[in-house]
Amino acid sequence: MGMTFAEKILAKKAGLKHAVPNQIVIVKPDYLLMHDNSSAIVGKIKNELQEFGIANPDMPIIVLDHVIPASDEKIATNHQKTRDFIKKYNLKNFYDVGGGICHQVVFEKGFAKPGTVIVGSDSHTCSYGAVGSFATGIDRTEAAALLLRGETWFKVPESIKITFENELKPPVSAKDVVLSIIGDIGADGADYCSVEFHGNIGALTIDDRFTIANMGVEMGAKVAVFPVDRITRKYLSQIGLQKGSFEVLWADRTAKYKKELTYDLSKFEPVVSCPHTVDNVKPVKELEGLEIHQFLLGTCTNGRFSDLEVAADILEGKTVAKSSRLLVLPASKDVFEKALKKGVITKLSKAGGMILPPGCGPCLGAHQGVLAPGERCLSTANRNFKGRMGCKEAEIYLASPATVAASAISGRLTDPRNIS
Amino acid sequence: MKIWKYGDDINTDMLFPGKYTYTSSTPDEIKPHLLEDLDPLFASNVKEGDLVFAGKNFGCGSSREQPVVGLKAVGIQAIVAKSYARIFYRAAINQGLLLVECPEAVDAYKEGDEVRLDAQAGRIEIGGKSFSFPKLPPEILAIRDAGGLLPYTLQALRKAKGGG
Repeated sequence: MGMTFAEKILAKKAGLKHAVPNQIVIVKPDYLLMHDNSSAIVGKIKNELQEFGIANPDMPIIVLDHVIPASDEKIATNHQKTRDFIKKYNLKNFYDVGGGICHQVVFEKGFAKPGTVIVGSDSHTCSYGAVGSFATGIDRTEAAALLLRGETWFKVPESIKITFENELKPPVSAKDVVLSIIGDIGADGADYCSVEFHGNIGALTIDDRFTIANMGVEMGAKVAVFPVDRITRKYLSQIGLQKGSFEVLWADRTAKYKKELTYDLSKFEPVVSCPHTVDNVKPVKELEGLEIHQFLLGTCTNGRFSDLEVAADILEGKTVAKSSRLLVLPASKDVFEKALKKGVITKLSKAGGMILPPGCGPCLGAHQGVLAPGERCLSTANRNFKGRMGCKEAEIYLASPATVAASAISGRLTDPRNIS
Repeated sequence: MKIWKYGDDINTDMLFPGKYTYTSSTPDEIKPHLLEDLDPLFASNVKEGDLVFAGKNFGCGSSREQPVVGLKAVGIQAIVAKSYARIFYRAAINQGLLLVECPEAVDAYKEGDEVRLDAQAGRIEIGGKSFSFPKLPPEILAIRDAGGLLPYTLQALRKAKGGG
């Protein structure tokens, strides 16, 4: 019997010929991602680290990104403890504040490779499925155990096959695709499953795939994975990963899936995810005119160069409504520098955008751009949970960069197809 | 024993707001904010042995483990829900907190019903009716039985060291 991608990679990494759903396998992940929670993770095992050391010093990747630059003394101390830990154990995969959001950094620095197993103490670790990595989130305690032991268990997941047909019609984007799918199958529609994308994958750029894989966890998925094709190889070679430096694995044609779904990319339209769950999805045209106080363009979901560029093209020569504010959050320093060089940052700034340092910023409500009671935010991020942006009496709507930019002009929700 | 009953898709922001994530890690720091945006009465009234009942996809969202650490620390006997999000499910195993996955039991429960839980047998009684729930595979149960993933990992490391 053929295997799905998830069955195949977990079998291989566990040293088995075959794996079936619900089987428990023991795997040594290629990488373990940690971020601002590193000091809490390390704090759990201070003495044990003295006794046993780090099982595989090449495994941890640490990126400080969640609350940067530090907002108060406590956060600053956490960052300092993390730097001390890096120094003490001489770890090489460390990216200090200002480098970017961990998931973007893991991509840009070439850690996210086809055929790898990556776990991270952050739920959006699933993003690396964009380049054929089996990548998933874990909690802090498991990250601590992995530092000590270097291996963990996985239950081989059942898989869902999603096949794409035809092509997107801009300004409809990958964000509209993934929000629509989540609206369709529900926030638990892929619970525990490997979501594997098939069909006309060539119609989606690497950035599109990143956005879709990033939101896999919002449908409950363990991993959300794309096959490796010409576009993936081209991207990998651009960041210095040549053929032969990674292994490509993909599902067999005869693999068995729990569910098979097919979507016509040309049929998607601009959508918005309404408060307070990601699966509460409605067409933008049904809610046009809704007043918005804050716009957020960026985050690990939609903070790449192509996202900023789409928004800048819409906002060029226009200005953000006086009643609103636009926050721009590039996903990394590299993204910021490219956007600066190409004039994208200037366009966004001239239109009234406020450029924030490359990090997680307002997305999780810890600092920068916290909302007030009664305020409404239209954001390109991935979660609209009650209280997510620091205030439980505020509302968060999720949409694409094009919808955010088009709406920022009037300060009201606007279908980007109606902007000339 | 009190039953705290909630609905579907209870997410990690409702269980423990993100604004505290990087400043609160220990049980004592977590407890006052537990379920703050879901039920402001919970943190000050929860007692050891209480149960949490909920609908589908409990614990969806972030990888933050504070909700599990906090619920374990205040002495919640178990969570009984229709289904769980996977990171939360894994985090519960790692902290040694019992999760009961039993949609029938959640649907059957009415306020005032007497509830009896037998974790060993994998059964829960609601108002006189008995329901069974799936047990963890033995290799995973061993983690929970050791008191969580860190004690389990240390046992394994010490054994390997002793044996070597």
